[in-house]
Amino acid sequence: MLDQLVASLTDGILLGFVYGVAAMGLTLIWGVMEVINLAHGPVIALGMFGTYLLFTHLGLNPYLALIPVAGMGLLLGLVIYVIAVQRVINAPPLSSLLSTFAVNMIIIGVCTAIFSTSPQNINYSLGSLSVAFLNINYSRLIGALGAILVTAGLYSFLYFTRPGKAIRAVANNRAAAELMGIPSGQMLALTFGLGTMLAAVAGGLIATFFPFTILSGSPYELKSFVICVLGGLGNPLGALLGGLILGFLEGLIPAFLPVSWVPVLEFGLFVLVLLVRPTGLLGEPSK
Amino acid sequence: MKRLLVLCSVVTVLGFLSVTVMSPAPALAAAKAKAKTETILVGFTASQTGKLNVESVRQLNGFHLWMDQVNKAGGIKLPDGTLVKVKDKYYDDESKKERVQELYTKLINEDKANFLISPYSSGLTDAAAVIAQQYGRIMITTGAASDSTYKKGYTLVYQTYTPASKYLTGAVDILMKLGAKSKKIAIIYSNDKFSTDVVKALKTYAEAKGFKVVMFEGYDPSTTDFSPFINKIPQGVDAVMGGGHFADTTTLARQLYEKKVKTRMIALLVAPPEPKFAELGPACISVIGSSQWEPLAHFTQAAAKKEGLPWFGPSGDAFVKAYKAKYNEMPSYHSAGGYVAGLLLQEAIIKAGSTDTAKVKKALDGMNLMAFYGHVKFATSAKDHGLQIGHEMVYIQWQKNKQGKPVKQVVWPAAGATASPFVCPAPH
Repeated sequence: MLDQLVASLTDGILLGFVYGVAAMGLTLIWGVMEVINLAHGPVIALGMFGTYLLFTHLGLNPYLALIPVAGMGLLLGLVIYVIAVQRVINAPPLSSLLSTFAVNMIIIGVCTAIFSTSPQNINYSLGSLSVAFLNINYSRLIGALGAILVTAGLYSFLYFTRPGKAIRAVANNRAAAELMGIPSGQMLALTFGLGTMLAAVAGGLIATFFPFTILSGSPYELKSFVICVLGGLGNPLGALLGGLILGFLEGLIPAFLPVSWVPVLEFGLFVLVLLVRPTGLLGEPSK
Repeated sequence: MKRLLVLCSVVTVLGFLSVTVMSPAPALAAAKAKAKTETILVGFTASQTGKLNVESVRQLNGFHLWMDQVNKAGGIKLPDGTLVKVKDKYYDDESKKERVQELYTKLINEDKANFLISPYSSGLTDAAAVIAQQYGRIMITTGAASDSTYKKGYTLVYQTYTPASKYLTGAVDILMKLGAKSKKIAIIYSNDKFSTDVVKALKTYAEAKGFKVVMFEGYDPSTTDFSPFINKIPQGVDAVMGGGHFADTTTLARQLYEKKVKTRMIALLVAPPEPKFAELGPACISVIGSSQWEPLAHFTQAAAKKEGLPWFGPSGDAFVKAYKAKYNEMPSYHSAGGYVAGLLLQEAIIKAGSTDTAKVKKALDGMNLMAFYGHVKFATSAKDHGLQIGHEMVYIQWQKNKQGKPVKQVVWPAAGATASPFVCPAPH
């Protein structure tokens, strides 16, 4: 029983790192722009397809493929921002919600027409590491390592660079930031670009573990909402922590209950955190 | 001069007669030929996209091969000499149950399909069968093994596949032959209709044979991460069985391999007999799967004679050769299923001597034959009308050939086996 629990927790926590990266994109956009990006799931799936296409057609190592995928994610985010978000950013929240939902439907529709909804798979196995009774896939270990690097990079960007500090300033008080000469429009565009970049990178990492379709981003989008609420909005470390908690639960619950109970308890936790600590674990308590 | 006039008159009269008497002959012949040609429309949906597309496209290919062969031969020849040509009309159901009923209604009402073939999978077929029965169209089902569809009182739905309740029970027999140690089995299955039917019957059978089912857990068909299930497999189980359809079962097989699960046997549904399963490489070796038909399985005219059954259709070798020539790949049992669905309809139309639904239904009810696909006979009682009661499964195992590449071998039943089954891990 203990063996099973440890194996299950290890798998869950390693996956939790990648959940964290997926949620970072959502939490950044939500926290800075107060936009709930419903195109987050399809962008994760686009990251999967980007990695897949670079691997199958150009023979690029899937982990190296994450670099161009990140670049394309950033560019896509800027395009989505200019076309669908910029004009509704000051409108009531429902407008941006509907606008990003429309982008979600467009991406799914176009990609279904191009790729169909047949499952795709990156046929690239690194094998597994055996330690005593544990068998850990190297791909999950690399995924976790990648997630740590991405978190460190994003944290450094936000806290130690001028554009990062500007983004935080815009998140804190957009009017005051503008008075200080910060071009808030550019910062918002950059934030949206970074958010989609993170989603695409998370998708690329997930594609190295599991088969996928253009609809595969949806479960990660839902998990990202739970993680954002758990970790607190706009905080990359909070997102990583939230991802790890979710991964821990996904490892813990199946050891005692049927796997079908996992979403029930995950979303139960979502409601509970909203009720008890709506600003999340690392968010400042509401005054 | 008078003689000349008489001669001219005779020639004129004969010429006139030849025109009037001879000319209607080709017209009559043409009219007769026209009366002897008929065209039927066979309607169905196929999962050209979505999670069922691998199996469904093979099924579609099999059906198209049959249709092409029939039409090239001039059509289905009825006893009265009428030639029945076959046309098809199909739509992509996107592997979605909710699309199926709408599309089958369209096939019947707008496209005026005379006969129906089922979509691929039990879930989709169950949805389509209601429409077929409701609108009074015969439906030959293929790729639809679930028993329950045929126990709903339908009278026009006929099953080609061996029912789900017999799908994996032979794996227990193989395990007994290999020598069970702990007598424990773990069953991980897709919680769709077909897979659930299969594993329920499997569990009952295994328990009746003295095995203990120590894990019995279903997963959502869209699952891609099987580690929560694999981590729960108790140590020392004799076998891991279950799965669902191609996409999820292939992922399950890959992850069982990556997780280095220690067990003596892995027996999974649907995916292993597919030639594409070999793309898993080392992860496919030793996996056992049940198959409705295999190219290696020898159902021949001699076997039919031995069992006192009439033979119908091409030989297995001829089917494989024609399929490979047309699609440049080996047929799977899904391909054979698609072909046989057409073949059974053809035989029933010939026996009925007509394309009339009531007459064809009567012929199907009385059908008891052997084809390259095996024995075919339908239940006709009110409680399970249309259920397949003649056909039996064969079991394959992926083994290595001399070059170390994956090769599929028939390992059960022993009489038709091309190799002996072995326990996991694969011998080197």
